[in-house]
Amino acid sequence: MRLLRIVPDNTRFDFMRFRRISFPVSALLSIAAIALYFFHGLNFGIDFVGGTLIEVQTKAGPADLAKMRATIGGLKLGDFQLQEFGAPNDVLIRISEQPGGDEAQQAAVQKVRDALGDEVDYRRVEVVGPSVSTELLAYGTIGLVLAIGAILIYLWFRFEWQFALGAMIANVHDLVLTVGFMSLTHIDFDLTSIAALLTILGYSLNDTVVIYDRIREMLRRYKRMSMPDLLNVSINATLSRSIVTHLTVAISLLALLLFGGQAIHSFTATMMFGVVLVGTYTSVFIASPILIYLGVGSGRMEGGAEEPEPPPAATAVAPPQRSRARR
Amino acid sequence: MLFFTRWKVAAILLMAFFVCLCAVPNFFSESTVKRWPEWAQRHVVLGLDLQGGSHLLLQVDANAVRKERLQQLADDVLRVLRQARIQFTGRAIVGNGVQVHITRDSDVDTALAKLRELSTPLSGILGTSGQRSVDVAANGNVITLTPGDAALTERIRQAVDQSIQIIERRVNELGLVEPTIQREGIDRILVQVPGLQDPSRLKEILGKTAKLDFRMVDQSMPAEQAVETRPPPDSEILDGEGNQKYLIEKRVLVSGADLTDAQPGFDQRTSEPVVNFRFNSTGARKFAEATQANVGKPFAIVLDNKVISAPVIREPILGGAGQISGRFTVEQANDLAILLRAGALPAPLTIIEERTVGPGLGQDSITAGEHAAYAGAALVIIFMFATYGLFGLFANIAVAVNIAMIFGVLSLLSATLTLPGIAGIVLTVGIAVDSNVLIYERIREEVRAGRSAINAIDAGFSRALATILDSNITTFIAAAVLFYIGTGPVRGFAVTLGIGILTSLFTAFTLTRLIVAYWVRMWRPRTVPI
Repeated sequence: MRLLRIVPDNTRFDFMRFRRISFPVSALLSIAAIALYFFHGLNFGIDFVGGTLIEVQTKAGPADLAKMRATIGGLKLGDFQLQEFGAPNDVLIRISEQPGGDEAQQAAVQKVRDALGDEVDYRRVEVVGPSVSTELLAYGTIGLVLAIGAILIYLWFRFEWQFALGAMIANVHDLVLTVGFMSLTHIDFDLTSIAALLTILGYSLNDTVVIYDRIREMLRRYKRMSMPDLLNVSINATLSRSIVTHLTVAISLLALLLFGGQAIHSFTATMMFGVVLVGTYTSVFIASPILIYLGVGSGRMEGGAEEPEPPPAATAVAPPQRSRARR
Repeated sequence: MLFFTRWKVAAILLMAFFVCLCAVPNFFSESTVKRWPEWAQRHVVLGLDLQGGSHLLLQVDANAVRKERLQQLADDVLRVLRQARIQFTGRAIVGNGVQVHITRDSDVDTALAKLRELSTPLSGILGTSGQRSVDVAANGNVITLTPGDAALTERIRQAVDQSIQIIERRVNELGLVEPTIQREGIDRILVQVPGLQDPSRLKEILGKTAKLDFRMVDQSMPAEQAVETRPPPDSEILDGEGNQKYLIEKRVLVSGADLTDAQPGFDQRTSEPVVNFRFNSTGARKFAEATQANVGKPFAIVLDNKVISAPVIREPILGGAGQISGRFTVEQANDLAILLRAGALPAPLTIIEERTVGPGLGQDSITAGEHAAYAGAALVIIFMFATYGLFGLFANIAVAVNIAMIFGVLSLLSATLTLPGIAGIVLTVGIAVDSNVLIYERIREEVRAGRSAINAIDAGFSRALATILDSNITTFIAAAVLFYIGTGPVRGFAVTLGIGILTSLFTAFTLTRLIVAYWVRMWRPRTVPI
């Protein structure tokens, strides 16, 4: 049987050449993402700004959004949005936080329930009061910072500090771009988004660590290879794995995106962007070349002009003692 | 790497088998599982987002607790100073404390000594913590008593404990199935009721303090006049039905705490819905004394600072039983009876978060999650087989065992499965194959480097495993943090993701290796088919 080879054997792609392009591009994109965050803003969900979210399903036929809008508008509850959600008879009602503390939110829900009456099924009602929303936002932020810190420390112990720092810069860049994506697409930013961001962080690092592991191995083995060459060899050696793994993760996410329902749609869309699109690019084009700038292997020759015996890329020459059969 | 001692093989297989076995109860209906022995009943609990239900987060009003504590302290000060016959003026609650001005300089020391008796040392975990319940300080003739923060926190804690008991009683009285009521943090209570579609009634029941008092109506002046001028110091103005105002004495004749029973019923003459109640012996005695002394005068039944009715005492009520009527509907009478039976909350509760999912959405989410899981698994299995052939098949076996083990561990922990949790499992399928991908790619490399088949496999495993461990730990850290900060559905995601990482590490380090080792031993391959 002929097996699928997504990346041909003995691929020797010169990734390092692109660092003069990838760094400025990433910097520009990051600035754009930060600008989006400040000027376009995030579509904060009720988890973080408080308020009410009601999902209703009309019992007879498609929902008459205009009529529903008029009914709810008549209740004088301040800002509200109506939105078709997945199906024509499914409507998402979002009401901004009511002034007057936690009780006021409850009163608002009751008003809506009274106004819409029995014509609809209440599929979901979520009310987050002001005291909880501030807390959730704080927890979410603390969580992200904590996770970044913990992973940084772990990588520092496992590798050298340059690797930890490089991985962190690369992956904070991932998070920034993902936040930019969320701002651009106006996806709801709520607790599940924090979950998505943390997972993206975990996965992107996972990928980066696999490449770093190989770089470390190469650094020990080839004492005289120039840094760009060494990075190229390492990335090419792990390229097939990176692509296969990202394809399987992409397949899983695609299944969730297509069949997982509306409730986790924005979650999976964010993950798809963060893990598959950005994460893969970052490990190869940012996380690895940044090691050069952070001074890993700076004692080596630049350019590799005098490498005595440049081993072919994607060839792992095993030291003989390791291959000894174990008992 | 490919050699396993016999007991190791047995241990690996037994472990995998046992964990998978734990998932079995999930495939049987609740009623079937109920008949099994206790230890075999553990199974995955569906989260509220999947089975539908209400999640209410309540907060005990800490301010009310503080105010009540201060009021009580002020009363204590009054009692102590009167008993000691010390003259004072200007007893008042100022900010976070009670201030009192001692009239004569010579009394200040005695007053200080007496008031210090109100302060008790707080016991910490190891004997006394050095903190006291009240700080007493003198500044000239002014003595200030301030309840300590630790003491207040302790009060709030107690209030939460009491509230939980009372909420349990109220919720049970409503006949709701399998509610979960638990403390969250210091001053919060989480109430989760599966299957509850419209929590309006529950919220109404939980939102009432249900503090019932029997007090006398102050007839020294009409209520209207008291509203315009000032009520007498020992009385206060309370609202009644509609716009009616009452002037009611602050002194409580009998409180709701002395009730032993309350039942909804109908008035025999007017056939209006009423609540019939019965006092315990102390309550009955107090009520009898009060009514004997006040025949012909009106008294008030006050619920949560609102006058329900203010009937005139026609004759002494000695039997210890009575009736509350107040233009109730049948449901109101019913609810009031429930509230009175369950007892009053020590402080008002506020609903600060509500998440209710209807059964329709829950079922849709389960279906969506199942479809996504099947589709994801099928696609990954096909892809792996196409890429790695026989070894892809090995990986697929590992993935299947992995999913079974995730359910096994979830069952062992009686963990909650949410929709994001299902997403976590689907993603785990992606990670579980990653371990295999790392190993297989490494084997491919070793083969290209010119090793013999068995050597390449051996080296592939031993080198890939270190990388697998490193790379998974980062994701695991993220999952752990998410578990720590997350609530509800998000926490469900963290749980399945974390368990998924652990089980996929287990299968990569043992099961896949074992399968490949057996294959090598059986076929003695000359080339690696990947």
